[in-house]
Amino acid sequence: MAGRNITKKIGALEFSVLSPTEIRKMSATKVITADTYDDDGFPITMGLMDQRLSVIEPGLRCKTCGLKVGKDKCPGHFGHIDLAMPVIHVGFVKTIRNSLRATCRKCGRILLTDKELGEHRKTIIRNNAEGRDNAYVFKMIISSAVKTEGCPRCGTQSGKIDLDKPTSFRENGKKLTPTEIREWLEKIPDEDLPLLDINVKSARPEWMVLTVLPVPPVTVRPSVTLESGERSEDDLTHKLVDVIRINQRLQENRDAGAPQLIVEDLWELLQYHITTYLDNQTSGIPPARHRSGRPLKTLAQRLKGKEGRFRSNLSGKRVNFSARTVISPDPNLSINEIGVPMEIARELTVPVHVTIQNLEWCKNLIKQTALAEKPGENYRPRVNYVKRYREGVEQRMKVTEKNAEDIAEKLELGFVIERQLMDGDIALFNRQPSLHRMSMMAHRIKVMPNRSFRFNLSVCPPYNADFDGDEMNLHLLQGEEAKAEAEILMKVQENLMSPRFGGVIIGGLHDHISGCFLLTYKDKMFSKEKTSEILATFKYKGKFPDVHEVNGEHLVYGRDIISVLLPKDLSLEYKAKACFHCDVCKAADCPYGAYVIVKNGKLKQGIVDENSIGSFKGRIVERIIRDHGTTAGRIFIDDVTRLGIAVVTIIGFTTSIDDEDIPTEAKRQIGEGLAKAQNKINTLVTAYEHGELESLPGRSLEETLEMEIMRVTGRARDMAGEIASKYLGLNNSAVIMAKSGARGSMLNLSQMSGCVGQQAVRGERISRGYKYRTLPHFKKGDLGASAKGFVANSYKSGLNPTEYFFHSMGGREGLVDTAVRTSRSGYMQRRLVNALEDLKVESDGTVRHTGGEIIQFMYGDDGVDPTRSTTGKAVDLDRIIYDVKQEG
Amino acid sequence: MAKPVSKKKTTPKKAEKRKPVPQKTIPSKTKKAVSKSKSSQLKKQIKEVKSTSMQKPPSDRKKKPVATEKKIEKKKEPERTFVPPPTKKEEEPKEYKTIRMEIHKLMKNQYLPISIIDGIIEQAAPDKKIQGKLKNIIEKSLQEYAKNLIDPTEACGMISAQSIGEPGTQMTMRTFHYAGVAEINVTLGLPRLIEIVDARSSPSTPMMNIYLRDEYRVNPDLAKEIANKIEITRLTDVADIEMDLVNIFISIKPNKKTMEKKGITLEDLLERIQSVRKLSAKIEKENIKVTLDEPGYKVLQNTNETLKNLKIKGIDGIKRVIIRKEPNEGYVIYSEGSNLKEVLDIEGVDPYRTTTNDIHAIARELGIEAARNMIIQEAYSTLSEQGLNVDLRHIMLVADVMTADGTVRAIGRHGVSGEKSSVLSRAAFEITVNHLLLASQRGESDELNGVAENIIVGQPVNLGTGAIELVMNTKKPKQKGK
Repeated sequence: MAGRNITKKIGALEFSVLSPTEIRKMSATKVITADTYDDDGFPITMGLMDQRLSVIEPGLRCKTCGLKVGKDKCPGHFGHIDLAMPVIHVGFVKTIRNSLRATCRKCGRILLTDKELGEHRKTIIRNNAEGRDNAYVFKMIISSAVKTEGCPRCGTQSGKIDLDKPTSFRENGKKLTPTEIREWLEKIPDEDLPLLDINVKSARPEWMVLTVLPVPPVTVRPSVTLESGERSEDDLTHKLVDVIRINQRLQENRDAGAPQLIVEDLWELLQYHITTYLDNQTSGIPPARHRSGRPLKTLAQRLKGKEGRFRSNLSGKRVNFSARTVISPDPNLSINEIGVPMEIARELTVPVHVTIQNLEWCKNLIKQTALAEKPGENYRPRVNYVKRYREGVEQRMKVTEKNAEDIAEKLELGFVIERQLMDGDIALFNRQPSLHRMSMMAHRIKVMPNRSFRFNLSVCPPYNADFDGDEMNLHLLQGEEAKAEAEILMKVQENLMSPRFGGVIIGGLHDHISGCFLLTYKDKMFSKEKTSEILATFKYKGKFPDVHEVNGEHLVYGRDIISVLLPKDLSLEYKAKACFHCDVCKAADCPYGAYVIVKNGKLKQGIVDENSIGSFKGRIVERIIRDHGTTAGRIFIDDVTRLGIAVVTIIGFTTSIDDEDIPTEAKRQIGEGLAKAQNKINTLVTAYEHGELESLPGRSLEETLEMEIMRVTGRARDMAGEIASKYLGLNNSAVIMAKSGARGSMLNLSQMSGCVGQQAVRGERISRGYKYRTLPHFKKGDLGASAKGFVANSYKSGLNPTEYFFHSMGGREGLVDTAVRTSRSGYMQRRLVNALEDLKVESDGTVRHTGGEIIQFMYGDDGVDPTRSTTGKAVDLDRIIYDVKQEG
Repeated sequence: MAKPVSKKKTTPKKAEKRKPVPQKTIPSKTKKAVSKSKSSQLKKQIKEVKSTSMQKPPSDRKKKPVATEKKIEKKKEPERTFVPPPTKKEEEPKEYKTIRMEIHKLMKNQYLPISIIDGIIEQAAPDKKIQGKLKNIIEKSLQEYAKNLIDPTEACGMISAQSIGEPGTQMTMRTFHYAGVAEINVTLGLPRLIEIVDARSSPSTPMMNIYLRDEYRVNPDLAKEIANKIEITRLTDVADIEMDLVNIFISIKPNKKTMEKKGITLEDLLERIQSVRKLSAKIEKENIKVTLDEPGYKVLQNTNETLKNLKIKGIDGIKRVIIRKEPNEGYVIYSEGSNLKEVLDIEGVDPYRTTTNDIHAIARELGIEAARNMIIQEAYSTLSEQGLNVDLRHIMLVADVMTADGTVRAIGRHGVSGEKSSVLSRAAFEITVNHLLLASQRGESDELNGVAENIIVGQPVNLGTGAIELVMNTKKPKQKGK
């Protein structure tokens, strides 16, 4: 056990170019056969699947190190191919070109005088010391060296070096062979290399012209045996086969003294194969293709991009101990909990170290496995595996019905059992896209029947989840440290406050808000029985709220019921969501009950709605969390949501198409208003046609007309909405939802019952379609309201065909917009994260890069955590002064 | 590693300028703007920048205005008229001063942000009752402030990135919208935010708010005059151009009305036309006759084109201006198109408050610190215009990262991300292969300080709980009592 706790830390990673000697040195074998397996299916020695390059079949041993794949892991060994003729490395073409242009073809020195070189050297050293970028110096060296006519040392005239993309060079129009290039590069002395942006310790320019090609281990390019018994080789292997084959032919031809032309052709072919082996998307050459026509995935493609090694396998990995299934709501769970299906609970495990304290308990758990599960019985966790360590080697035993008793008996201290999930285990719950840290929070597990993950509705907003088929992931923590951290930092109750703005993001929604609204609206009273029923939903055990006798009935005020949940020291005054925003606020005397007053934990007056308990805005929730801590906050949210649902259940709450009914009188008024608007538009159009329209400053006449018409149609819609809402009172469920902030808005309602309004595409009235008109139903050049997408009908009354068409146009724009937006904002966020991920607040309050560079001298100029600040303010002054005043 | 230390050196100006003694000079400028309405925000912020710089201790106070002036003077030699910095806003009432003194006494060398102290004074001044409780208030404020401080090792960058990125999905994509001034189109929403973060060399819809000085802002005629100086006027805007193909000349018939409106005389026009090469012009009655030095149809055609586009008056880049009267301010000029450098040269323009949404222009003309403020302001107003609530501190951090080395750098592979010191982190972001090849050629070494690198090699990250190294000694449990 002792050995497992020590972890090694990697200090640094160095990068360098492999030299030919190094390639040969690390090579396990030279590869000369362009073939993989012989007829018996055995790897050919010195072939591409040579067993010295490690093995892929389980059970076989590597011929170099003697280790197997799997357990003790042979890391794989490189081989090499000796190239008959040197070949240019595509990745380094630019460096090669610069080196050729900047150096003398005879003496290899940079084409600048010693004095100039010395100066450049000095600037480079200075820039390095100051942490500046040297790129401009290198650019300057090369550009000035290119301009130099003759070498300042030997006087050799330098030719013009051209690069024919991707890999061939010409000097004064004459082709330079890779051999010549290599010889040239060899001449460049070490002391000139730093001026060409080459580190002598890690690279030599001539290494960028390959003479030896490393062959990656077999483990890097495993072959797959298909069901038919046929072997399918990796793309890299295919490419290597090509390289070896051409290399062989080139060698034979050259040795046989074949004509120069043939040798050169083969040489170029070899260059092509090696270029595509390194990067199959090199511009200027056709990508190498598989027999089926699919381009091969060679080295560069393996690393690159979203599906590449870096982003797909190194920065993010597949994990064990995780589950994914559909989510569904369960209002009876606490916000901290998550319902996990039994099937998942049986499969996932948590390691438990066997100690003196829990030995018996562990044995018991193991024995459970032997007991058959009876239908209808409660879930009891079992043990899936028992692990023990002998001399640091792990032994893992599967616990089955048969061996459970045996294993239980043999259980010793120091063993680790992998126990199935049980209630109270902590797990991370996540929904993609994980846009912020609240997309991954810790929950306590509750094992439940059925097959979906279940959680409290209040937790939907941070995950941005709904239940139209969303799936979510669950990850089990395997270490004590991880569990403790998750418990303290990641639990839902620790994330009630958003770091984006200093406010709550978890609170009541939909029915919870409707419920509280109904409970507190207009001095609503409940009978003693109903009150008990409501209070029982959250297992209230305290004092029964005050009972009043009204007309011989014993009734309880709704606001007294909700007061039961408020802490005794809570005092608050604020405006409810239902506020009408009158010109002069009468504050405490609000006739609509939209001014909420809570004093010493008692709701004195006012409607409790979105502004009290809702997510993002809930004042009461926020205050409880700030003053009484996250646990109190969690309990409040749990209880108030249950209370809301209970109220909604008791009173009954439903909305239907009738809710959008408005009296004929209202319809008449709306019709009149729309006709007026219609007239106004017509006069505008006539004025425009007669050239009497006065244009707005900086606008053409057409633009002015459009703007005016848009304004008129906008006002017409508002007018219809106003009239409609005048006739839709607070006895209407849809209005209650809109006013309390539970769901929907007055705009939605007015569109349903009043008038849908102007449809717009790109912020303008709909104008395209046919020549000079939107649809063949209209006259050419018609600028009227209905011809340009004004929908005078309401959703309830129904749209006519042209209106419907225009409405669909607007809707389509919305859909396209969302599709474009998600990808654009996703990329922006990725960039932001990449740029800012390394910043941290140091103990001295500065914000620094992990490298040490200071970004801010004090975080946010005042060192305040946005999560803790009250909507951005460092200290909630109003509150302090209010409190101090209250104290007397 | 030599880098971190030296990078600081490269930006000493910024560091000093910002807040050498953070204890005293934290500007309250940005914070206050949060709750203010948008239109007043801009003015407010600018005012506060000024007022805070006035409040700063003497050594610090001078720096900013002086630096700007120096720059201006150096670049524009004789023409530039010196504009005195705005006079200190009316002295603080005596009452305020005494309360401030008392607060400082009560704080006992502890620190509270200036905005909080100002807040207390504002509330306390009219209310004797509160004045009596100052001690209590200060104590509570200090307590709460200490409680609200951010935790060390917090991954504040990641939080900021998420806080700005997450609401991006909720923003509209609609490029054009009418904001503030209905007559001017401005890019808004996600495209604008991306533009800011990208640090594009010029915004897709450049725009300026030109504030005026003294009498210019009250007198509509003077304001109009400035507007005429700024707005670009081409020959076609003020005159009809006619080609006479028979006699090979061009006659220019000025439109009197517009000429007058724009304040251009016939002589001005002539002078401008004469500046064009290879032609001669003279006034004939009310028109201008242009004859060519080397007559020819082709030349005539070409000259006609050049004359059409001939700039008579105005500043390059400014397409349109609109004058509006703002409450409590007087006349303000809004312009479509931007050219900060030349607009600042015009007499009557208030160089201390005039802004543009072209961040690079601000960085060039007013310095990096001003650019930082503009990034903050632009990003914040873009977000709040969409009704999205994001804490200012997150935006400040982004702006500071973008401007940390004294230049405006983009967030992305051409800027901040491309200049990271870690090879692995760069490779994991974009253009993987090139970064790896270049790193090997340069013999770079990755010190594994950052987040991405450590994740790649499978180590705990040096942030948050990962930054703390605490190991329990399991071998020798301490002998206690028993």
